[in-house]
Amino acid sequence: METRVIGKSVPRKEGREKVTGRARYVDDLAFPGMLHGVTVRGPTARGRIRGIFFEGDIPWKEITIVTAKDIPGNNCILLLIEDQPCLADGLVNHKEEPVVLLAHQDAYLLGEARRAVRIEIEPLPAIFTIEDSLARKEIIWGEDNTFKSVRVEKGDVESAWSVADCIVEGEYETGAQEQLYIEPQGMIARASPADGVTVWGSLQCPHYVHKALVSLFGLPKDRIRVVQTETGGGFGGKEEYPSMIAAHAALLAWKSGRPVKIIYDRAEDMAATTKRHPSKTRHRTAVSSDGKLLAMDIDFTIDGGAYETLSPVVLSRGTIHAAGPYDCPNVRIRGRAVATNAPPHGAFRGFGAPQSVFALERHLDRVAAAVGLAPDELRRRNFIREGQTLAVNQVVHERVEMGRLMDQAFEASDYHVKRKQYSTENPGAAIKKGIGFACFLHGAGFTGSGEEYLASEVAAEATVEGRVRIRAGSTEMGQGTNTIFSQIAAETLGLDYEKIDIAQPDTANVPNSGPTVASRTSMIVGKLVESAAREIQTKLFQSGLLEQGYDAATFAKACGEYIGRFGALESLIKYQHPAELHWNDERYEGDAYGAYAWAVYVAEVSVDTRTAEMRVENFTAVQEVGRVIHPVLAAGQIEGGIAQGIGLALYENIVWHEGRMVNAQMTNYIMPTSMDVPRIRVFFDEIAQGRGPAGAKGIGELPLDGTAPAIANAVAHATGADIRRIPLTPELLMETLEKAHA
Amino acid sequence: MPEGSGKIQVRCTVNNKAVTFEAYPMARLLDALREELRLTGTKEGCGEGECGACTVEMDGALVNSCLVPAAQVEATKILTIEGVASGERLHAVQQAFITNGGAQCGICTPGMILAAVNLLRRFPEPTEVQIREGLSGNLCRCTGYTKIFESVVAACGESERDA
Amino acid sequence: MRSHVPSYEIETPKDLGAALDRMANEPGAWKPFAGGTDLMVLLEAGKLVERRFLNIWKLPELKGIEITSSHVILGALTTYTEVRSSEVLAREFPLLCRAASETGSVATQNRGTLGGNIANASPAADSPPALLAYDAEVEIVSSRGNRWKAYSGFHVGYKAMDLVADELINRIRLLRSKRDWKQHYRKVGTRRAQAVSKVCFAGAARMQQGRIADVRIALGSIAPIVLRATETEKMLTGEKPSPAVRQAAQEMLAREITPIDDIRSTARYRQRVAQNLLVEFLEMLAT
Repeated sequence: METRVIGKSVPRKEGREKVTGRARYVDDLAFPGMLHGVTVRGPTARGRIRGIFFEGDIPWKEITIVTAKDIPGNNCILLLIEDQPCLADGLVNHKEEPVVLLAHQDAYLLGEARRAVRIEIEPLPAIFTIEDSLARKEIIWGEDNTFKSVRVEKGDVESAWSVADCIVEGEYETGAQEQLYIEPQGMIARASPADGVTVWGSLQCPHYVHKALVSLFGLPKDRIRVVQTETGGGFGGKEEYPSMIAAHAALLAWKSGRPVKIIYDRAEDMAATTKRHPSKTRHRTAVSSDGKLLAMDIDFTIDGGAYETLSPVVLSRGTIHAAGPYDCPNVRIRGRAVATNAPPHGAFRGFGAPQSVFALERHLDRVAAAVGLAPDELRRRNFIREGQTLAVNQVVHERVEMGRLMDQAFEASDYHVKRKQYSTENPGAAIKKGIGFACFLHGAGFTGSGEEYLASEVAAEATVEGRVRIRAGSTEMGQGTNTIFSQIAAETLGLDYEKIDIAQPDTANVPNSGPTVASRTSMIVGKLVESAAREIQTKLFQSGLLEQGYDAATFAKACGEYIGRFGALESLIKYQHPAELHWNDERYEGDAYGAYAWAVYVAEVSVDTRTAEMRVENFTAVQEVGRVIHPVLAAGQIEGGIAQGIGLALYENIVWHEGRMVNAQMTNYIMPTSMDVPRIRVFFDEIAQGRGPAGAKGIGELPLDGTAPAIANAVAHATGADIRRIPLTPELLMETLEKAHA
Repeated sequence: MPEGSGKIQVRCTVNNKAVTFEAYPMARLLDALREELRLTGTKEGCGEGECGACTVEMDGALVNSCLVPAAQVEATKILTIEGVASGERLHAVQQAFITNGGAQCGICTPGMILAAVNLLRRFPEPTEVQIREGLSGNLCRCTGYTKIFESVVAACGESERDA
Repeated sequence: MRSHVPSYEIETPKDLGAALDRMANEPGAWKPFAGGTDLMVLLEAGKLVERRFLNIWKLPELKGIEITSSHVILGALTTYTEVRSSEVLAREFPLLCRAASETGSVATQNRGTLGGNIANASPAADSPPALLAYDAEVEIVSSRGNRWKAYSGFHVGYKAMDLVADELINRIRLLRSKRDWKQHYRKVGTRRAQAVSKVCFAGAARMQQGRIADVRIALGSIAPIVLRATETEKMLTGEKPSPAVRQAAQEMLAREITPIDDIRSTARYRQRVAQNLLVEFLEMLAT
């Protein structure tokens, strides 16, 4: 398809504001009479609150104090279910659980006041590991500590064990990971019985916050308004937790009658807000001597923390991605999300898939070794093709060229030459080199029937000047929503990119286009943007005011006349689920996603054997993501995701002590700097077959899935270490190597 | 609560303008800029000199404004992101960040741009190693740095005019 | 959680004499405040215990690098940036330049000072191992006068040092005697920039006909203080760095250091890496 704006790297819509420091983030806003708000958290992992004491030399009468009894509606942060309280009432279930809120205009005094609140808790036994949760050492949630169990069945795995030439087993682990957006979380609220509740803040999903506040205040929907301010990164971390902060700011505003701003400092943000779910995966794989996968039995467990939040959906995506882009006749995947007394784990780019993909791609290198095949050869013999079925019994109806992606990635990285060269040169060398890869897929949009339930909407409206404004709840957080929506609308309308405006996400003013998550914005919402723009055009055509072949001036003239004659020129488009996509939630099978992105990533590493320090020297990423709407933004998404994947693989280690993150500073939680990320080479193999505009698919989460296993496989190649866990810190690698030699 | 000696008056130059503000001696330059002078382009990412979002120039040298107490700001010259462009004309580094995708979420961008402007003043034609090292105090979670390096390289030839 | 900012005082003395008088008149009440790269981090974490500070950042008496025929003398306020840009230091004291360039970032290096790094007394500091390897001396000044003291032995325990309440670190002096020594510096940090060290190694040796005639070995992050491995040095003196000697030295070093587990690393890792870095140094001496 010939395009004019799509596929071009136009300037980022809000770029100028960002490079001049004019862009306004939540902490940049100040309202007259505004108070600062802070959160006091329970100091115990699990227990009964016995008393709250306001001590010290603090003018407590000047300070607005909110506890659970001040909540006008339901004391919960409504998401999927109602298990997580907004403020602990009676019980605390993790060490970062909010108990008391304070507000005052003097931020310095408020800090002292926060230190002077003493919460007395009678401790109850707590659990902190997946093993203890599964063993039901204590029941801390529901009847059996299980938020959700799912089961994927394809064929009959049991039939394969006896006919297999080789059975390979393995257990793999991934740790928690902090999103570490550079803008800490924050909210400002205004609230009163007369005016309702309005919050402004850094967030991904305005309508999630809206839903939570409606329940918390028991107010009608139109009395609650949520406005997204410029958002300094999200990566999933601002999907669900902003509802908590918005609730807190709003309660303080409601009680004090003044606007209240809550901005987390970095330590609080890291310790209290959500992180990537830690996971444990067990694989048992039956394979024939010629390297054909006969059965994959996978057991995937994630640690959800103390409340359910999004764990069922994270589990779902992780489970579905656990068997990868391979054709295997017999697959069984058992997935479980379990409770521990840690702050709830939540959304983080990849959403369960990076965890299960790490396990699979490490495991397949071991399977290859067991049957005496090169790791690439094993994969090639099992790559899925169009017409074959994935683990969830989804027939793949798109062209899949995994072999071609692998060829491209290997050629660009000189894989075969280096693999051989390093194997020859490594023995005896102090610095060892390795090259490894991972093959993977990532589904675009909500899982299964999720999009059908969401029923997203997008609106467009034209002005008398011939500008078109897109209204959607989809948020810009750096990934480029504003820019690609403008491109899509401009393309559809035959207008210049500059003629398109994007409305600030504000629940009072934009329809609910669904959350900005799940690699759904380009494909799902982008398609709605296209339709909304097209309907504007259609209305002008049908009114006879505009004809094909128009230019910007005639378009503007037609808009002016239309509005003069008929009033507003606008459109509202609702998502229509493709009739051919079916998902059975009970049997956990069917069309899990409308389209997949496919990829092969190659990592090259060096390992200093004296210190076990690892360095990623080169990285090659080849992917098929459908039509690329904006090459610079798309490459930026991949590069940024790979940098986060490097962190996940090698650096980002959360040190836990009884369910609390104890290294919650940027000095001690190690994300990659410009010295730690290599040159990243990104290639797109475009097959414009996605369901999005011009054939686009999803892209945002993809790079998190394959980066860590590619690196781990490269380190395994360099050192021979049997790597089973990430983050693979030098300490862990050294221990692994010493054990192997012992 | 223990009481200190109260606020002090600080006179300095910010973006070539003489300014005076009141602050506690231990108040951070970052807060003085954002709250007293309403220059909110300087961001806070960590408060411990690790992320570089609050980077400004003080007497021509890069500093983390979260680690500078107001008492040490007296008689200094401060440059913040608001003073990098000449009116509406962007600095070459700013333009390069727009063109090359150097800014995504934008929160590290002001500090990153100041670090890049400072780097190009010290090394007008920096090597890749110099770019990596010069920006290593500015953490970016969005870009993986590649597009930032490309932006700095693109700005090299251009920035001499602006320096 | 940030400390209560209004309760802190900072006074800016007009010169060094005024600062020392202040410290003499109210011993222990005033703490010197230089580039703030450590103190402001404590403030942010709510852990800045002292309340009254003397702003010495601009005192000219504490600034500058002086070069004599026998010594390089560094004012306590010499920043890492200044260390990095000194030609004499680059030529004769490369370990110190490496340490400076691997500390923090550009912004930290512009504000962090050698004197501050010593006074902060962190066992994980990057420049002290280099200073130990060069037999640095520290000049301590107070209104009572000044005294030179070997830097080795200055730190007496975790965050404890040979410095009383009215004293200030004035200068650091390096004897220009090691330019022909073989030198090796290695910081093993949590990442390649902006990192706190997990193990830091500085070694220097004078070689004579393949034998180690004189040697300094100093390490950071492996004990409550930055440490000179004097027993290992003694053992190596007069030896050829052969595989057997390397092995023995490694075992000796293992007994001299007392690393711990903390949020950045493990005792086991630190112990192993310290030994490996010693071997790396000795292998370099053998070539």
